[in-house]
Amino acid sequence: MSALVAVKNLTRIFDVSKPWLNRLLEGKPKAFLHAVSDVSFEIEERSVYALVGESGSGKSTIGKMVVRLLAPSDGVIEIEGVDLFREADRDRVEKIRTDIQMVFQDPYASLNPRWRVRDIIAEPVTARGGKADGLAERLLEQVGLAASDASKYPHEFSGGQRQRICVARALASEPKLIVCDEPTSALDVSVQAQVLNLMSDLKEEFGLTYLFISHDLTVVEHMADRIGVLYLGRLVEEAPRDALFESPKHPYTQMLFAAAPKLDGFGREVAPPKGEIPDPINPPNGCAYHPRCPFAIDRCTQERPEMRQLGQNRVACHVAE
Amino acid sequence: MAESVLPESVLSVRDLVVEIPTRHAVLRPVDKVSFDIAAGEILGVVGESGAGKSMTGNAVIGLLDRPAHIASGEIWLNGQRVDNLRRDQIRSVRGKEIGMVFQDPLTSLNPLLPIGEQLTETILEHLPVSKQEAEDRAVAALEEVGIPAAAARINSYPHEFSGGMRQRVVIALALCAEPSLVIADEPTTALDVSVQAQIIALLKQLCRERGTAVMLVTHDMGVIAEAVDRVAVMYAGRLAELGPVREVLTRPAHPYTRGLMASTPLASKGHKRLNQIPGAMPPLARLPKGCAFHPRCPEVQDRCLGDPGPTLAGCGGRAACWFAAEEVA
Repeated sequence: MSALVAVKNLTRIFDVSKPWLNRLLEGKPKAFLHAVSDVSFEIEERSVYALVGESGSGKSTIGKMVVRLLAPSDGVIEIEGVDLFREADRDRVEKIRTDIQMVFQDPYASLNPRWRVRDIIAEPVTARGGKADGLAERLLEQVGLAASDASKYPHEFSGGQRQRICVARALASEPKLIVCDEPTSALDVSVQAQVLNLMSDLKEEFGLTYLFISHDLTVVEHMADRIGVLYLGRLVEEAPRDALFESPKHPYTQMLFAAAPKLDGFGREVAPPKGEIPDPINPPNGCAYHPRCPFAIDRCTQERPEMRQLGQNRVACHVAE
Repeated sequence: MAESVLPESVLSVRDLVVEIPTRHAVLRPVDKVSFDIAAGEILGVVGESGAGKSMTGNAVIGLLDRPAHIASGEIWLNGQRVDNLRRDQIRSVRGKEIGMVFQDPLTSLNPLLPIGEQLTETILEHLPVSKQEAEDRAVAALEEVGIPAAAARINSYPHEFSGGMRQRVVIALALCAEPSLVIADEPTTALDVSVQAQIIALLKQLCRERGTAVMLVTHDMGVIAEAVDRVAVMYAGRLAELGPVREVLTRPAHPYTRGLMASTPLASKGHKRLNQIPGAMPPLARLPKGCAFHPRCPEVQDRCLGDPGPTLAGCGGRAACWFAAEEVA
């Protein structure tokens, strides 16, 4: 198995400054938000790589950069060995771009309400001048809907069915990699199970690779082969699923696991985690997690921990062992 | 289940029916729902979207939007009947006797008023205290929900707080008139996992210390397991199952609850396929005859298709399923 996606030192900085006149009058400097800082990971072909983290951790920003909806400020994203942002050969870039598709969180916002389902699903093919006769019908059956649904409009479907349509659209260009940004968080539990099962089946059938972005640890544990945990734009821990869930090394991962509600946690009394995610425009010095970390030492406030190998896990922490 | 109103319960809902008249038919988003909540107890209400859980909460606090209305049934709060109060009368109950915490903390606070002003306004409206005392109470309420430097932040506006802190302010607002019942409608759905844990712990602690009854509406089974004492499972406007949380979650009696539990990705299951309930919840306009769950039920029998459908009271009190009684026993 080889790496389909290789992300190296990926960084994205957003300029969130006020307009120049306000800055002049208030005497404020420009403000920058480091949404993603120095993130590196690889995704094996035919595997599911999950990015987890709380809001503001940069997981969606990474997803958008992988599908090239956003440009990185620094760093490299290689897909099948090609850096889409620096590759000079246009044909090669075009070819690889058809291999990447995306499924978004909100199936109500990601389908054009004025298009028929047939046109929505066929668009990734027709937009490149391809022929799409019968494609929508075939894909609809593949995702568990009826071929006759192709001439309907999105409003005629429930949330779960819409997400199936989104999956069908993502499959239309026969991609290798599908980036799924919280694909089931807008769905009810029983419908979520249907969509997750569908995604697993399709992965087997078409040999797909998923970059799966979620905040829901139970979903991630069910789907992922390898997991990266993000905190404030940085990867704090990365490990194969079983290693991560059996022995989380980073204090943030441990806190996240402890705080997640458990189905068998009847009357569980845990000390709730301290504090909140800090302001990403002025992140703390050193390790961004140190103000909330129960194990923080002086070094954590000064020096940012580098990623290091610890058993099967890669951890960015001074104290973890 | 006893038909009379239990003396020790803060809230008693009896055969509550909410109807929405439409051009084609009369819809019933809440159909013959009965339950009690005792002082200091947290009752969880779970179900999928459209199951009627929020509608039940809104009916209790008298916030149904027209044309939805209570068609029949009774709601008793501390021995007083509140479902048939006039609009001006319900205002003295709402906020005073019942506090409400909504899902989105940003839309339930007035963005143009400092939070202190919103708190003192509520306290002055409902409690016989002076302005100065109301302000002191507002600070105390903020301290109680864990807002650091409460006295200094009393003049801050909602946008100056983070999501978790805002939800704490909303909880302070719900509790400042010392209500006997708090309805929390998806209070942590908009929040991150770590903040959710903080808010749930806070709700549990306040409920225990003050003896406040809490109706916690959520779709998250994990939150239910950890926070509530008893749980009501709703499906298509009806109560499917009602019982102590440990019982319902570990030995679900209704096939719907069983399906719901099995479709939750559990930690121990690993890469196995999830159990899925076929189909989707029917729209209210096209509810099937008999048991509303029968088209999706793996254990359906002839009796399930006929009228009248199973009810909690008719099936032993635990689950509204003709075949649940023997499994519970």
